[in-house]
Amino acid sequence: MVTTTDVRGDRQARSWDWVGSRLQQQGALLALVALLALGWARYGDDGFVSSYNLVSALRYNAMFALIALGMTFVLITGGIDLSVGGVAVLASVVAAELSPAGLWPGVTGAILVGVAVGLVNGGLVAGFGIQPFIVTLATLLAARGLALILAGNEAAPVDFESNFLQLDRIVGGVSLAVIIAAIAYVAGSILLNLTRFGRHLLALGGNEEAARLAGLPVARTLVAVYALSGGLAGLTGAILAAQTFTGNPNEAVGWELSAIAAVVVGGTLLTGGVGSVWTTLVGVLLLGLIINLLGFENLDPYWQNVIRGGFLLVVVVLQRRLTERRGSRRIA
Amino acid sequence: MANSGSTAAARTAAPSRTSWRPRAGYAQTLGAGAFLALLILYNALFNGDVFLNTQSLRLNLTQVAPIVIVAVGMTLVVATGGIDLSVGSVMAIAGAIAPLIFLSDASLLTLPFVGGALAYAVPVLIAGLFGLFNGWLVTAFRLQPIIATLVLFVAGRGVAQVITDGRLQSFREPDWQFIGLGRVFGVPFQAILMLCVVGVAAWGMRSTTFGRYVLAIGGNAAAARLAGVPVGRVTAAVYAISGLLAGLAGLIVIAINSSSDANQVGLNMELDAIAAVAVGGTSLMGGRATVVGTLIGALIIQLIRFTLLTQGVGDAVARVVTAAAIVVGVLVQRRRTP
Repeated sequence: MVTTTDVRGDRQARSWDWVGSRLQQQGALLALVALLALGWARYGDDGFVSSYNLVSALRYNAMFALIALGMTFVLITGGIDLSVGGVAVLASVVAAELSPAGLWPGVTGAILVGVAVGLVNGGLVAGFGIQPFIVTLATLLAARGLALILAGNEAAPVDFESNFLQLDRIVGGVSLAVIIAAIAYVAGSILLNLTRFGRHLLALGGNEEAARLAGLPVARTLVAVYALSGGLAGLTGAILAAQTFTGNPNEAVGWELSAIAAVVVGGTLLTGGVGSVWTTLVGVLLLGLIINLLGFENLDPYWQNVIRGGFLLVVVVLQRRLTERRGSRRIA
Repeated sequence: MANSGSTAAARTAAPSRTSWRPRAGYAQTLGAGAFLALLILYNALFNGDVFLNTQSLRLNLTQVAPIVIVAVGMTLVVATGGIDLSVGSVMAIAGAIAPLIFLSDASLLTLPFVGGALAYAVPVLIAGLFGLFNGWLVTAFRLQPIIATLVLFVAGRGVAQVITDGRLQSFREPDWQFIGLGRVFGVPFQAILMLCVVGVAAWGMRSTTFGRYVLAIGGNAAAARLAGVPVGRVTAAVYAISGLLAGLAGLIVIAINSSSDANQVGLNMELDAIAAVAVGGTSLMGGRATVVGTLIGALIIQLIRFTLLTQGVGDAVARVVTAAAIVVGVLVQRRRTP
């Protein structure tokens, strides 16, 4: 990103600059508000915006929110984590296998498995300098394979006698999974904005070589960020097991790409160095609720993917235009 | 290999490979070839009764052909420094359109040859147009290829599902299915098609200006542009070729299955194709590509799977081993390149 000082101080150009950057950062939020208004206008209080519908949509999208949070951190460093879907199913199988022992062993086991895969990702990326894309593609395959091996090629059932299903119990009107996701976002925001680790992430994504020369612990930060993404994917797997009552190795196909789409729609750039966890949350809700609204429209479910793809297209093209305009203004 | 007719632009962009050591940088392909030979040797010696018969040779060739055909297109895209995640979805689109044509009752389409020929040509061309769409996104908007092709990855399978209403289309059209079931002198037709695709692409990359342009763009797009390479047109063409080849592979897959299921055709194909490209020795950073290496890479992955499956080890373990093969392949590549 070019950051030449605006010597001319052209006020008009700067205000356009400001509008463009707001749009790029908050466009998704505007779209989300518009979507809710549209849903309310079409279906009234008891339809799309009813608390029942929104609560069930939140319950399902809590999982995407958690992986997308980890993905945001990885994308900020300029990397990518394609393994999250595989990690989530591997963790869901582990959680299901451990569920007879109860809630905590199941959740802890799932998170630890996720962190372990994340450490492998981070180690290969930081230690050997292999591209994140290819490393996490390989661990995606491997995690799915391991899930199938662990589950013996079938879905592992969750023990109904144990308290593992408490992970999805209703607390204060919403699923516990939603509350976990909310806490994770608050923690993630603090981590990114108020800690040294967060500064390191942004610096690393802005310019890895400069960060290295400035003496930042580049390798350690990279390993930590992939471990974080893996751990969140592992937690997602535990929730998946609790919501579907099984650890199914064939679940969560394409989740990695859904998560990336949500982060991008939110406004985090894939080039690294910038990003916010709240815009990711908006992106997750936007993509999730669009599908939910389409359900009300009695639209053939096969149109869902077409519309999701079309929406992604519009957003990335608009974003590209807005960031380019800002870039060119700054040079001029 | 040095193409004396190649333009100055291409020569400046890839100087080391127009000179006297054309094969420099292809050590990994040699390594991959040696590993493939070891795999074949192992199977011949210790697994001979299941491996060394025409049936299993045919099976392996039948299974690997669509992967190789898609992976060749992927090689070209990767050579420009891009990636194409949409190949599986594009396969599903082509696979969804073809049966609509050869099962149609429209009078024109029931004429001999016309229906069949159109059922080959139209889906492949439409697939090519979808590829061109990817190329347009990458060049006109300068979107990152992974994001640009993610759009069609998500939407493309939906398009195929909408076209077929999500239904499985079963058929029995022996003439048309020659592309997947036919044999020429006992060799599966799609294996011959695969070798033709590999041959043409390998020749194109080595000996045509277009091939040089592709490598120049992958090496340094800005320098290539300044040197007069038509970067936009070549990049768009590469994605279009990837789409065309994915369409062709989609037709082969539905011909083998005698049915077209928009939910299944080409599923995970992007992963298989990228794996074959990476193992074969094409640099994922762009600028260096080997089509023959991709063929070897796909054969290695196929043979690892076959070996493990015939040893009674499940598909699950085969996936883990494939993953390890990708990492090792890229690690070796990492060592060889400064």
